[in-house]
Amino acid sequence: MLTNKEVQHIAQLARIKLTEKEEEKFKNELSSILDYIKKLNELNTEDVKPLYQTTGIINALRPDEHRRDFETDENLNEKLVGQAPHTQNRFVKVKSVLSKSQITNTKSQTNSNG
Amino acid sequence: MAKFQNNKPGGHTIRDVQEGLRKKEFSAEEIFSHYQKKIDKENKKLNAYLSTMDYGLWTMDYGKPLAAVPCAVKDNILIDGTVCTAGSNILKNYVAAYDATAIKKLKSAGVQFLGKTNLDEFAMGTTTENSAFGPSKNPLDTSRISGGSSGGSAAAVAADLAVFALGSDTGGSIRYPAAMCGVVGLKPTYGRVSRHGLIAMASSFDQIGPLTKTVEDAALVLNEICGHDNLDSTTSKNNVPDFTENLSKDIKGLRVGVPKEFFREGLSAEVAEKVRSTISKLENIGCKIKEITLPNFEYALAAYYVLVPSEASANLARFDGVRYGYSSKAETLLDAYLESRSEGFGPEPKRRIMIGTYSLSAGYYDAYYTKAQKARALIKNDFDEAFNPSADGGVDIIVGPTTPTTAFKIGEKSSDPLALYLEDIYTVPVNLAGLPGVSIPCGFGKESGLLVGFQMIGKSFDEETLLRAAYNLEQNLELRT
Repeated sequence: MLTNKEVQHIAQLARIKLTEKEEEKFKNELSSILDYIKKLNELNTEDVKPLYQTTGIINALRPDEHRRDFETDENLNEKLVGQAPHTQNRFVKVKSVLSKSQITNTKSQTNSNG
Repeated sequence: MAKFQNNKPGGHTIRDVQEGLRKKEFSAEEIFSHYQKKIDKENKKLNAYLSTMDYGLWTMDYGKPLAAVPCAVKDNILIDGTVCTAGSNILKNYVAAYDATAIKKLKSAGVQFLGKTNLDEFAMGTTTENSAFGPSKNPLDTSRISGGSSGGSAAAVAADLAVFALGSDTGGSIRYPAAMCGVVGLKPTYGRVSRHGLIAMASSFDQIGPLTKTVEDAALVLNEICGHDNLDSTTSKNNVPDFTENLSKDIKGLRVGVPKEFFREGLSAEVAEKVRSTISKLENIGCKIKEITLPNFEYALAAYYVLVPSEASANLARFDGVRYGYSSKAETLLDAYLESRSEGFGPEPKRRIMIGTYSLSAGYYDAYYTKAQKARALIKNDFDEAFNPSADGGVDIIVGPTTPTTAFKIGEKSSDPLALYLEDIYTVPVNLAGLPGVSIPCGFGKESGLLVGFQMIGKSFDEETLLRAAYNLEQNLELRT
């Protein structure tokens, strides 16, 4: 059985915010799914190579030329960037990654490290 | 137009459309508006379509292979300029910026698109109950599930609200609803059809394929959508035959494998009985039936429910409220991620993202993810052994049930995610091994009176033999009038 702390940790890694009710519900559901998956431990997989895909294709390369999608469809930039909830000119606008205090901390650390 | 005003039992096939056009019984626009009107009238009770489209201007030449054939498209396949929701609130307003390769190919074959069909959110489910827009209903009995995840596509074809439909199959999502609604559902070999423009769930499993009224129609659609694509590096450069060419050749002497593991606990009596009698029919038309074994069959579902959530958790990381789709009004970047995803995703994507995240996280990766990849190798090896021509008793195709039961009631199993996962038990191994599989209706269950799906599994890239066997069987079942 997963603990509440473990569920919170997974949810945080997955960038999903859970309500307390959801946390309880997912704790039970995820635990029973993981219990079922433990069935795999019955299998002897010594000397078995993991299989990541079934095609056998390795390194499918294209010619080293740029795709001309944006030339053949002049509205493509607007169609793609225009979907973003926040844009500025032809760019996607993102919230600041570091807060001011974090930047100051980083600076002072860099300074003290010389 | 007389022909299209009549309700032909079982609905119209691609061949019907081609013949009618040739004889000038109707025009492309007339067929299209026939279906539009039918959808207007009947979709409300089925919830098969999420959105409808207008007549496109690309059919023009009636000489094209699928000229004017009206088609429904699962709403996780992009059509330029139309909304594509993937059954999720997070993409409720998303407008596709380009055509999926399969769509581009169908357009050049002259196909017309009627609209986009309902699915479990991000194709995660077996009933369409996970759709943010409500479940699709089974046309055979509207209190029952349509199956999933391509349930809207299956319901649309079964109710003749489209001549055919496209679906996608990650662990049974074409074959399962085809079985529930009594239509033909084909999952091609992994790498046969380009995934470019299919909203990804699990990239090493997903495959686009047709849901149709006949096996011949499935072959006609596969002819048009398959082939290598520079925009999907996992597509194969293997030769593409004309899948219709040898359909009607007999299957005398075809070696048909029946895995004994398919007939154990969990399989309902009525499905077992119908599948057994269908196998006898194959024997009657000259097939050699052999009992075979897939020793690791019972581990397939466990491996699948590690690998697919793992790939899904990575694929769905892109839904962050920054690039497109639903975005919360949170102040900071982290809160915007957390809130956009928790408000935008329904319970099943959350469940799978968390299972995947757990399986891939530090300390668990080898125990879960690598272990499951090793199990995947063993399961693929079981199929390789069964098909191996040099081994004693190597078979040409493998057959069995598509699903454990016939269509159950909406709501009957929705409270237990694990019980629903078990519904995929016969379809999932085929995706793990990347093989082609088809489900065809094989008769009515004695208890429920509902249609039973018969699954046929082929060798890698041998859809030709698979479809020929399915066609021959279909001709001997006499389900269509």
